[in-house]
Amino acid sequence: MYRIDLAGTRHRFPDLKSLLAAATPLRSGDELAGIAAESAEARVAARHILADLPLKTFLTETVVPYEDDEVTRLIIDSHDAAAFAPVASLTVGEFRDWLLDDKVRARELSAVCPGLTAEMVAAVSKLMRNQDLIAVARKCRVVSRFRSSIGLRGRLAVRLQPNHPTDDPAGIAASILDGLLHGCGDAVIGVNPATDNVDGAIALLHLIDDLRLRYAIPTQSCVLTHVTNSLQAIERGAPVDLVFQSVAGTEWANRGFGIDLALLAEAQEAALSLKRGSIGNDVMYFETGQGSALSAGAHHGVDQQTLEVRAQAVARAFRPLLVNSVVGFIGPEYLYDGRQIIRAGLEDHFTGKLLGLPMGVDVCYTNHAEADQNDMDNLLTLLGVAGVSFVMGVPGADDIMLNYQSTSFHDALYVRDVLGVRPAPEFEAWLDGMGMLDVRGRVAPPDIATLPLARAIADQRFPTQ
Amino acid sequence: MSQPPADDPLARLRAATQARIGLGRAGHAMPTRACLDFDLGHARARDAVWTPLDMEAVTAQTGDWPVRMVRSQAPDRATYLRRPDLGRELAEADGLPSGPFDLSIIIGDGLSARAAQAHGAALALDLRNRLAGWSLAPLVLAHQARVALGDAIALAMGARFALMLIGERPGLSAADSLGAYLTIDPRPGRMDSERNCVSNIRPPHGLSIAQAGEKLAWLLTEGRRIGATGIALKDAAPTKDRPHVHHQSHAADPARPAAGQAVAGGDGDGGSFPP
Repeated sequence: MYRIDLAGTRHRFPDLKSLLAAATPLRSGDELAGIAAESAEARVAARHILADLPLKTFLTETVVPYEDDEVTRLIIDSHDAAAFAPVASLTVGEFRDWLLDDKVRARELSAVCPGLTAEMVAAVSKLMRNQDLIAVARKCRVVSRFRSSIGLRGRLAVRLQPNHPTDDPAGIAASILDGLLHGCGDAVIGVNPATDNVDGAIALLHLIDDLRLRYAIPTQSCVLTHVTNSLQAIERGAPVDLVFQSVAGTEWANRGFGIDLALLAEAQEAALSLKRGSIGNDVMYFETGQGSALSAGAHHGVDQQTLEVRAQAVARAFRPLLVNSVVGFIGPEYLYDGRQIIRAGLEDHFTGKLLGLPMGVDVCYTNHAEADQNDMDNLLTLLGVAGVSFVMGVPGADDIMLNYQSTSFHDALYVRDVLGVRPAPEFEAWLDGMGMLDVRGRVAPPDIATLPLARAIADQRFPTQ
Repeated sequence: MSQPPADDPLARLRAATQARIGLGRAGHAMPTRACLDFDLGHARARDAVWTPLDMEAVTAQTGDWPVRMVRSQAPDRATYLRRPDLGRELAEADGLPSGPFDLSIIIGDGLSARAAQAHGAALALDLRNRLAGWSLAPLVLAHQARVALGDAIALAMGARFALMLIGERPGLSAADSLGAYLTIDPRPGRMDSERNCVSNIRPPHGLSIAQAGEKLAWLLTEGRRIGATGIALKDAAPTKDRPHVHHQSHAADPARPAAGQAVAGGDGDGGSFPP
């Protein structure tokens, strides 16, 4: 039981998870779950209590019982006490101050990372303003590698997302080439398949890999299909660079996805055995999103942001190349409007980076949420300042298969330009070799028609199915 | 307003996909016309979400089929969007006849009343013609409906099958797409894995009424034969690729269900993670 008297009013929170939920900035998903703070004042009261809570508390008190949940066991069992030492005596509020301290730089943040649990990171984020989330995330340095480097300072990569409602190869190839012409694709060329079967996934893998090899593009491909499909594709000799999986923050929710930790480990081993990486062996790609456990009925009364960080703790166990939140995709019953989506996007990026993940964000929304492109411009710009590792590149921001809006190839050009950040170095060198960079190193060819890639397009056959 | 130049090498690619490629650039941004095109799509989608279902317009299309109106427990659109649970519960079952019936067809607004209005009645009538010998309950029109609301409605009428025809979450290029969700022995608490879904019903660009009617009639007939819907029925479906027929199990990518994949709570909004 946690209590505080605040300006003559007594506030009570029965346990740690209800305290964390009440301390969270307002969002529709916590209201739907019935765990949001009862009033604005109660929210502040919860944050007061949280600020005075020793960080150590999270090593002995769990939000989901240790014996019931393998995600809790992973978090507790993998905690590194030596790494935790520099902050072991701090409260959550003091930990915020420590994170913001000028003397704490990338080196200190990386060193303390294995000593931080998901719940500690979630708790401190609840005490942070948006600018704090940006300032600390910007200090984190997380680099991952496969054929390109993700997360280097001054770089911002883009996942080229060339989805098509029927997985038509010509349609997908056309979107890929358009994305390449806009300097996108250094994070991954990643397709969400319209149909969920192994044959389809293998066909798409060959399509992207053939393009990659033909133009010698220093990037990786991924078909975002269920991990069991990727395992079968590997067994059948398909060119699998990265294994994708959506992950959630509780064992039950992951079971709802048809996965557990052992299956993810098996998939990682299988992908590693192919030895397809040229400059690194980070072979996993994970997506997370606030609300996943609640929608699976497996949230255990824990707020959606804390569960999101637990999902990131799952991702952390498998040395991923890429992790991103699909922040605005899940719908207004979890994040109602642009304001809530922006806050959640900054939270997800910050918590992921602090946990040592190569963190990107799918800056996005659906048509039944109270949001529009202006909200996305805001979030993209804020995340760019926060040092986001990668964002999505969708033609015209309109995903014609998943029916939602993300960031466009143009948005990627914009954010790189206004913030002076550049593509992954390997990919940038490729762009330069293809004549796509101007004298200032920007993707702004004077005449598109003279490019080698444009000539290659002209020579391409685009057979329709 | 500038147009992409005619000799743009991407011009030949545009025919390959509906995706917004080869838009040209204004500096690093999209040209004005591309921005306005996008805004129009978004405006249409928003209007589809927020425009209420016009009951009279639907009733005018249903001929001699008796029609009943019901509401979910979500009193208005803003509540409906925040509280999918209320959209699954029936406000009151008064006025619904007691069966038994073989099939109850429900037309629900879902996330696009436009879709329900444009295609719901036509698909219901098409199915009636294909289902000789089936006893059909009165057609039910449902306000502020989620997919599972059909279970409560069909149960109240003693129907063996519930078929919910519901507006899917609008996309930028398609604001009038209808989804059809089929459930045997409907009752509250049915899981998504116990349903079959035919999605993207959207003549002339998506499935036609006849194509959807044919698929649904097959699912209904086969479902009655094997006494099941959902995964068991999907597994019995012809194995030739049927990209518009799904059962409700894990999506290929749960965070982002495939097109036509039903979602948590079967809300037809494509955005949730599956259970």
